[in-house]
Amino acid sequence: MSNRTKSKPPVKIKAKPAPRKRSAKPAARRHDTQNDVPDLELLPPKFQTWFRNRDWTPRAHQTALIERVQANQSTLLIAPTGAGKTLAGFLPSLIDLSGRDDKSLKGAGLHTLYISPLKALAVDVARNLLTPIEEMALAIKTETRTGDTPQSRRTRQRIRPPHIMLTTPEQIALLLAHPDASFLFADLKTIILDELHALTGSKRGDLLSLDIAALRCFAPGLTTIGLSATVARPSELRAYLVAQNAPDTHHDLADLVITTGGAKPRVAVMELEEPVPWAGHSARYAMPAVYEQIRQHKLTLVFVNTRMQAELIFRDLWRINEKTLRIALHHGSLDVAQRRKVEAAMAAGKLDAVVATSTLDLGIDWGDVDLVVIVGAPKGASRLIQRIGRANHRLDEPSKALLVPGNRFELLECRAALDAANAGVNDVTLARTGGLDVLSQHIFGMACQAPFLPDAMFIEVRSATPYSALTRQTFDRVVEFVSTGGYALKSYDRFARLKTNDDGTLRLAHPKLAQIYRMNVGTIVDTPMIKIRVTSAKTRRPTQAKTTGTRPAFTGGRVLGEVDEHFVEQLKPGDTFAFAGQVLRFEGLRDTDAFVSRSNAPDPMIPSYTGGKFPLSTHLAERVRAMLADRTYWHHLPTQVVEWLDLQSQQSLIPSPHDVLVETFPRGKRHYLVAYPFEGRLAHQTLGMLLTRRLNRAKAQPLGFVANDYGLLIWTARDLSQMIADEDLDIADLFSEDMLGDDLDAWLAESHLMKRTFRNTAVISGLIERRHPGKEKSGRQITMSTDLIYDVLRKHDPGHILLEAAWADAAQGLLDIARLGKFLRRVQGHIKHQALSKVSPLSVPIFLEIGKEPVAHAASDVFLREAAEDLIREATEQQTT
Amino acid sequence: MSGGILELKPERLTAVDFAEQAISLCGKSFRAHMSGALYWPSENALIVADLHLEKGSAFAARGQMLPPYDTRETLERLAKVIDHYGAETVIALGDSFHDTNAGDRMAAEDLETLAIMQDNCEWIWIAGNHDPSIPEKVCGHVLPELVASGITFRHEPMPGPVTHEIAGHLHPAAKVSLNGFSLRRPCFVGNGLRLILPAFGAFTGGLNILDDAFTPHLGNDGLMVWLLGQEGLYPVASRILRED
Repeated sequence: MSNRTKSKPPVKIKAKPAPRKRSAKPAARRHDTQNDVPDLELLPPKFQTWFRNRDWTPRAHQTALIERVQANQSTLLIAPTGAGKTLAGFLPSLIDLSGRDDKSLKGAGLHTLYISPLKALAVDVARNLLTPIEEMALAIKTETRTGDTPQSRRTRQRIRPPHIMLTTPEQIALLLAHPDASFLFADLKTIILDELHALTGSKRGDLLSLDIAALRCFAPGLTTIGLSATVARPSELRAYLVAQNAPDTHHDLADLVITTGGAKPRVAVMELEEPVPWAGHSARYAMPAVYEQIRQHKLTLVFVNTRMQAELIFRDLWRINEKTLRIALHHGSLDVAQRRKVEAAMAAGKLDAVVATSTLDLGIDWGDVDLVVIVGAPKGASRLIQRIGRANHRLDEPSKALLVPGNRFELLECRAALDAANAGVNDVTLARTGGLDVLSQHIFGMACQAPFLPDAMFIEVRSATPYSALTRQTFDRVVEFVSTGGYALKSYDRFARLKTNDDGTLRLAHPKLAQIYRMNVGTIVDTPMIKIRVTSAKTRRPTQAKTTGTRPAFTGGRVLGEVDEHFVEQLKPGDTFAFAGQVLRFEGLRDTDAFVSRSNAPDPMIPSYTGGKFPLSTHLAERVRAMLADRTYWHHLPTQVVEWLDLQSQQSLIPSPHDVLVETFPRGKRHYLVAYPFEGRLAHQTLGMLLTRRLNRAKAQPLGFVANDYGLLIWTARDLSQMIADEDLDIADLFSEDMLGDDLDAWLAESHLMKRTFRNTAVISGLIERRHPGKEKSGRQITMSTDLIYDVLRKHDPGHILLEAAWADAAQGLLDIARLGKFLRRVQGHIKHQALSKVSPLSVPIFLEIGKEPVAHAASDVFLREAAEDLIREATEQQTT
Repeated sequence: MSGGILELKPERLTAVDFAEQAISLCGKSFRAHMSGALYWPSENALIVADLHLEKGSAFAARGQMLPPYDTRETLERLAKVIDHYGAETVIALGDSFHDTNAGDRMAAEDLETLAIMQDNCEWIWIAGNHDPSIPEKVCGHVLPELVASGITFRHEPMPGPVTHEIAGHLHPAAKVSLNGFSLRRPCFVGNGLRLILPAFGAFTGGLNILDDAFTPHLGNDGLMVWLLGQEGLYPVASRILRED
């Protein structure tokens, strides 16, 4: 990407007269730290010298891993950030490789696979790994392989791979789908899975587990090393690392090495004179104070929950940047080159602060961060710990972090997360059944590599932990799906993609299918992304292009990054919005590119931020409920918040931790029902949909609802308090658990959330291609066709395996049905209803969500009717047509 | 989308007045149905475009196993709307079959369904670019185009300021945006002198009517647009149309 030196501030990186000097990042630990056992004997002479020259000794967990791997024992290493985990993971391989005789090789010589959830992390680790290799002059070749690796190198890597390859799960899947995989992986000895807690528990983790199961077949002596931050239930990660040889009787587990200790983090909720706002998430009120903190620290990371929030805060900080501190922006939508520039500047100590999203969450070590500011709610204690861990990447010094809540509920949540972090509690959950769509993709990939015997493949698949409970019947249905689509109507047998050989193995019917597989591998189905291109004012065409019917002829233009399609959809030419730290003017859309020009407007017209991305974790929700109910705790909270809660207890009530409060009250011409389950936005949205259906049936005339992480609000035309008093409406019935039966089915069938889930399932399973050789399919086309397919399938083949898979996904994903179910069970008999004469204090933050959260669902006909009436109005007013 | 909350108004969903819309074309009266079919009362004829029968199996033959149910779904919908109007003539405006081999892939029971539907109707297949010929197993007249009562029925609309024409081919769809909410649906689009029908097939996508492809046929002014909803057909103002 070209330099933007000529553009107006805010720019991302500003030169400062005297860059501060930074200490080199310690790749291993110095003598004086705890846990160290001065045991160099385990190391070859070269390594001993290297450690001595650096005045280092290997840590206990580092030597423990060397021993485990030499004994061929797969191991999970749990250590806090900054404990030298990565070096611990690589030392066994470096040692083994330094003494390896290449003559003993059976295949291409690839010794170690390092797999990380993020490309950037793989690149960073590769860079750090060079230091010991170069300093010890080891003849070890390391290379990264990611989506960014040039095609020529990727091809070469399949035949002449490095000794150590650093890569991502998707690349493993791609490598495995080649006929030469058996040669490539024949010498594989070790797989290092970094940030394992972030890899497992998702479809990506499902795919990786299947890939590792396949790798074990090529390299039976394979040892896996999992590196993870602290997790609540290590046994799930330990099971993930090893083959499940007898899944019906017991779970095999990897060894466990835990390093505890390190200094406790110093974390505080930022306290200000200004009152915490009632609503919103961006915490803009606190920016002057955040700026002051940045000024007082060497390098501050400001973490936010969404990309658009990052843009807003970046702009706010630059607006008050009187000292022209070097404040940069880093999020996943920005162009890769731009991100690399920021990362490099950070590593080189050329920045004072970076406003970042989760792209910087994982253990990348970019520099000496001495303060982490977390804006908005942390949403989970583990997430908080992870982010805090980014400060002071040294075990022995305390990390320093400040939490900046965006609103009052977030303040409660920050407190809860803080208490959880102090108590050392984590809330990562990993229990997960492997997705059938992922399994379909994997089986297709394995067929691309070589013919397989279904019996053997079934055993292999079941050895992967997420699939250890898979039944043979389901497996066979998945194989049938891969081959013919698995429809009740057996009309595609002659088009089958898998054919049976004489020996009973299944082979790919046509080599062209392998190309289709390779173009569609992966489990991440993003919302369609639109590239943001800057076009110069000269080439810009006037915006009446649309009305004159000709499309704007935009060409060229530098790519600033990508935004999701839904955001672009709301823009019309002339609208301004914030992106990449600048205000841009939307000019028009052409194919998958949005053309923009730089705007001089001080503020963007389109507010982009629509809410937190991660739902509140169950554990934090419990803490928030307990905190509310416990008056003796309130002295930890700011005065204004205590006053707010006091008011609530006078006007309504503060529910006990086991109860759920439901309030009804009138306001204006409408009547409202507010419930506070604290179960996260997804579960609340589902609950909102279901309650609306029930209220409609009870003739309460519901008109709409909004939900946030803490509660939901429904408005109706009829007086709910009156209905309850007259016994026309029973609040306990309203919340009865059976809504998860018929009501859920009926609603789900039409729900756009279900269609979205189905779309993911259809794409991952390979029913719908993201890309077809020679054609690039845009996201919108995918959305269209899966909706049509969903409707047809539901009507004509309701038992189809993909509908089953989508339902299972929806239950644990977008709709959070599992959590809603637990909630409904929990609150039976514990609903505290309050009929009030006016809005309750506690409901105000949810009230303010009205108009911010779109209620997009089956109401499209209502919308169209309004559009038609709008036309009729226009026609009658003008009296022309 | 931000802002603009869409409220449920159940009391307004009970009316049925949006199920069809009167469309006048060069003085002739038609009724556009929410299914995407056009009814011509004076001739008792039903007009549909772009059925794309056997599209699913065409993909399957190439290795992408789309559900094999699109043909029966499309035929079911068609039978329903024929019954609704009691139409005695059906004019299919081309691309009725996804490709020339569609007949070989069509399930026997679907062929039978179609034959039964044709028993009671005069059936005219206008040839399309996907189906220059019609499967041998299927009855009906095949015509390159049809002129009836002064109206020309063809698959692909002629470029230029043509009038008295009803065509398909382009799969018109419109994206509309009002009060911060937007929606994209198939639509009828016309200018009072000619009309383009939405694709009727179960697996057919849509092309935005603001795309260049429509300009030679409909010009720039006076677009008339009717969107297909789940429960009705809705005329909308051209000023709320959006590009994709």
